[in-house]
Amino acid sequence: MEFALSEDQRLLQDSVVRVLGDVASLDNIRLAVDDVSKAETIEVALESLGVMQLIAPEDQGGLGLGLLDASLVQQAHGNFVASSRMLSTVMAIEMLKNSQKASLVSDIVNGKIRIAIGLSESTGARRDAGIYNIFGELNGKTLFSFDVVGATHILIADNDKNVHLIDLSSNYVSVSELDTIDRTRKFHEIVLASCPENPIEDTNLNGAILAGRLLFAADSLGVCETMLNRAVEYSLERKQFNRIIGSFQAVKHLCAEMVAKLEPARALVWQAAHAVDTDSEDSDVLVCLAKSHLSEVGTFIARTAIEVHGGMGFTDLLGLHYWFKRMGVNRQLLGSPEILREEAAKLQNWN
Amino acid sequence: MDLDLKPEYKDFRDKVLHLLEEARPSAPSMADKGLKHPKRLEWQKWLIENGLAARTIPEEYGGYGATPDLLKSRIIAEAFAKTKLPGPLANQGISMLVPTLLELGTEEQKQSYIKPTLYGEMVWCQGYSEPGSGSDLASLSTSAEIDGDDYVINGQKIWTSTARQADMIFCLVRTEKYAPKHKGISYLLFSMESPGIEIRPLVDMTGEANFNEVFFTDVRVPRSSVVSGPGDGWKVANATLTHERGMLGDPNATKARFLAVVDIMKEETIDGQRLIDNPVFRDRLVSLQARVYAMQANGMRITTCMLKKESPGIAGLIVKLVGCELNHELARLAIDAMGEIGVLYGKGKYLRDFGEWQAKYMYDLGLIIGGGTAQIQKNIISERGLGMPREPKPAV
Repeated sequence: MEFALSEDQRLLQDSVVRVLGDVASLDNIRLAVDDVSKAETIEVALESLGVMQLIAPEDQGGLGLGLLDASLVQQAHGNFVASSRMLSTVMAIEMLKNSQKASLVSDIVNGKIRIAIGLSESTGARRDAGIYNIFGELNGKTLFSFDVVGATHILIADNDKNVHLIDLSSNYVSVSELDTIDRTRKFHEIVLASCPENPIEDTNLNGAILAGRLLFAADSLGVCETMLNRAVEYSLERKQFNRIIGSFQAVKHLCAEMVAKLEPARALVWQAAHAVDTDSEDSDVLVCLAKSHLSEVGTFIARTAIEVHGGMGFTDLLGLHYWFKRMGVNRQLLGSPEILREEAAKLQNWN
Repeated sequence: MDLDLKPEYKDFRDKVLHLLEEARPSAPSMADKGLKHPKRLEWQKWLIENGLAARTIPEEYGGYGATPDLLKSRIIAEAFAKTKLPGPLANQGISMLVPTLLELGTEEQKQSYIKPTLYGEMVWCQGYSEPGSGSDLASLSTSAEIDGDDYVINGQKIWTSTARQADMIFCLVRTEKYAPKHKGISYLLFSMESPGIEIRPLVDMTGEANFNEVFFTDVRVPRSSVVSGPGDGWKVANATLTHERGMLGDPNATKARFLAVVDIMKEETIDGQRLIDNPVFRDRLVSLQARVYAMQANGMRITTCMLKKESPGIAGLIVKLVGCELNHELARLAIDAMGEIGVLYGKGKYLRDFGEWQAKYMYDLGLIIGGGTAQIQKNIISERGLGMPREPKPAV
């Protein structure tokens, strides 16, 4: 028995953190909000590490690694509030790798096509959202699509949970950006008007959602690590009443509470990822628990870390709000904590 | 990551389960009350002889003498949980004094005390806290003054569990009045039958006397009863406290309690609806489930670190704080799920599980405070885990 990261996994995580440390400083993250070329620099640096090939099977040109490895990479994204096409790529590969269009996986790996994801309604559709398939034509909209910028195609699930591959340049598709609190990642609304259907047989919608939820949990873990570290560092510099504030028990106890929630949450993400990688029968439940739990822990840490910084935490100067807002979005997408706990309860069949 | 057991460990697990099942008829039951009930002592003897208790303690001191193997210990613990058979005795003498003596005791102390303690024939109590020395344990003032070949002890201890049943006490006393507070303490072992000891049961909020006050008036104890040297008491006490904190917050016990709460929520109904089908209660249950599973995963991580002889770091420091809080919240959910029925206590025909959930809810609050309060735990986590400074001492 060994419940720990392997040497290779630690090296992978370290190398992603090192690269992001170089290209994704807070200054660069700020610039990337409005400057597409800055955003691309970060994306290209991550792609050069092979993050887009990470989980694709080896016979399809990938590295054949698992979702635990992908989680570690996504966690590093969260550390630096960086964004890449990691999330949509992993979800697309999970969706397609055993489908009738499995050949698309090598096109993704080779960069021939870049696939965005429009699955928000599959985990619960908001008012007016949803895609209807009427006699072979798709109509309606999907909200909160991921990684649409720079994508050639999008995978969209209709209301019957059939998955379609849609060319984003087609005339039947209109795309508009949704302004969210999170300025570090972009989300879009996709409207389809009489768009010809293009269903793919044998897609793994559940597997794609599982992977997406896991990566959101891992991203939140990364967000938490940075916020906690920054809170502790700040508390050791800032002085009031002629003492560093980190020597006051009121402040120390907030930091202790944060880390006491964070460390078990880390182990839960590892366990959930490992369960998916080994096809364990409780993997669905574990992923629901992991994402809902990381959302709760992350919400606590995001607000508490800012509180430790006092008034400065509330300013734009320190930039902590980028992490706070990223956490706010991570909490809601692909299932908020309440929705996920309800799903976990149903999966356990407590009869 | 590899959560499977190697074949040799799978064989070991099967062997242990088989052994326990065969022994089931001779296991003591809940009805066999009392720390020294013959059936309990026989069971403990059988467990030691078969390597299921006192497993890694050397044979010369009455243990089984196996090489330490954390995985095998884990497998044994899980086998008791699975078969629901009573596990090895787990009193303060066994879990705290024995490891301390093995580490710091003289050969004579090891020879006289370890074996009878392991076999449950010698029961110990712990004399640490005093009315004026709780979180600031090192300020303790029970004194032991040298008089010829003896120490003469005067003072008072509090929170002493099993004091009335105990044969012996391991006790912290101040032997060097003028030394700095951490340096003047010694760790003594002596008989609870010594003249001058008075015990008063301390009734707590559960209605039971789980603890006692112990008063010492001119109690004479031979100077040879000190462990390590005079003035080493603080060091010795810290060795035992590490063992105590490892016991509190065991994630497997928390998991078992979670499963018991699931059972209650399946059985209890309101207006004919099971509580587990009520979305509000179910949300609380799953929310706790995530935390219980996280602590189990944290426990596996700690075990792996120990197998590799690495320090588990913060993952280990948080166990007492988080585990005790989680147990308390699970008891609260069980009570809330029972509603009015949940407030029944003592005896009565509507009582569920002998009223143990209210007792747990109260007793666990004691555990959140005892063994280092939650606030002391947070000091330890922030200082040792996060490198934050100690609160400066106020100017005198």
